[in-house]
Amino acid sequence: MTETADSVFAEVRRIIAQQAMMDPGQITPDSTPDGLGLDSLALVEIVFAIEESFDISVPYNANDPNASDFDISTVGAAAQAVRRLLAEKES
Amino acid sequence: MRRVVVTGSGVVSSLGVGRERFLQGLREGRSGIGPIQMIPTEGLSTNFAAEARDFIGEEHFSRSDISLFDRVTQMALVAAAEAMAQSGLELSDERKLRAATVIGTSMGGQHTQDDNYRLVYGEGKTRVHPFIVPRLMANAPASQISIKYGLKGPAWSVSTACASSNHAIGQAFHLIRSGGADMAATGGAESGLTYGVLKAWEGLRVMARDACRPFSRNRSGMVQGEGAAVLILEELESAKARGAEILAEILGFGMTSDASDIVQPSLDGAARAIRAALEDARLSPEAIRHVNAHGTATQANDRTECAALRAALGPAAEALSVTSTKSMHGHCIGGAGALEAVATIMALREGIIAPTINYEEPDPECDLDIVTNCAREAKISAALSNSFAFGGLNAVLALRRWEGS
Repeated sequence: MTETADSVFAEVRRIIAQQAMMDPGQITPDSTPDGLGLDSLALVEIVFAIEESFDISVPYNANDPNASDFDISTVGAAAQAVRRLLAEKES
Repeated sequence: MRRVVVTGSGVVSSLGVGRERFLQGLREGRSGIGPIQMIPTEGLSTNFAAEARDFIGEEHFSRSDISLFDRVTQMALVAAAEAMAQSGLELSDERKLRAATVIGTSMGGQHTQDDNYRLVYGEGKTRVHPFIVPRLMANAPASQISIKYGLKGPAWSVSTACASSNHAIGQAFHLIRSGGADMAATGGAESGLTYGVLKAWEGLRVMARDACRPFSRNRSGMVQGEGAAVLILEELESAKARGAEILAEILGFGMTSDASDIVQPSLDGAARAIRAALEDARLSPEAIRHVNAHGTATQANDRTECAALRAALGPAAEALSVTSTKSMHGHCIGGAGALEAVATIMALREGIIAPTINYEEPDPECDLDIVTNCAREAKISAALSNSFAFGGLNAVLALRRWEGS
């Protein structure tokens, strides 16, 4: 499965696109929050939407996002982090 | 110009009930933060806070009083009683007409709200106690203090999130200075350690992972607390005339709005508030040697606050001792500024600067002289107490040691 075709990526992209007020097609795995004009409050909302959509708990601290276990430096990284959390939930 | 002095203070905090227990905790660098014990924490991701566990309403109030007083009002009343007692004020009927009450609280009667929402939404109850409204309204602490002591002049509540207390004290100060009142009971109270409020803070993802470590590089966020503090302010000449013991003088107050972001602090807004307090106090930056910082231990606040102090004070920032007592009493939101004013008065009166505990690693972006881990002795003649609220509302008090004139 290619990165852009899988359902986790599609859903993460949908959530981020909604927050960025963009068409999902404009967002690639390499898109960064900064590049999409997303501030820290938007990131917190995205994390919340991801938790609700996938029924997972995301370890994310808005004080220091770089120190969080959840990598949201790019859209692709966020999707990968969601896959990992989904796998942990099933195991 | 009329001058305004502090003649009484009272405290309820996680460091204990009463001013002396609070101050002793600050001097010792004791933490009031611990595992949450007063409510079930199942389902909460943060299970520690600064609970005022020694504060038991039933020890202070009758059952009929408690049916009208949320925990936040109970705390405010107990702090007010201690402050009034210390001031020794006995107001004549005429003086009561010139007595103000200005009390800050961010969220008012949260226990009442949480308990009763649970009843109607959670348990499907169709009827609630008749006094829910007077118990939960944000002006209940101000009104109940006014009722208790017959303070019949201007009275109101102030709600500016984390800056509520400083806005309250600053407005009471300006009111007395301008002649609108001769004395005031002022300060703030917050008791929001409920499931609903903690859940809301959890959602914002700014809560600390382990401890409250202001200005320390490895800080991870804020820790919620509860508490109340009340100051008695008086016009100087009337305080002198009755032989009152003067604890400190309030010299200035500055307030600004960032007018930019609902949660991110702004260097410009904070620096303008600090400068406004200095101008109001007619103090030069060099006169200020100590700041009780807002110091929430979030990355955004601590770095912005240090930069704002540098921007506002210039080279004089090098000589500042900076502390955040939130490391010990937690972030008491609407009560924070009042508790911190009491800590600032201790620094002025006793020459003891309370420490910023849990400090482990210097942060190059917070490179001021932080009073880390142990209290420090220093003779301070003037100090600032900062509060910078969510919503971009900034309030800074300037206080001076009382030296007899």
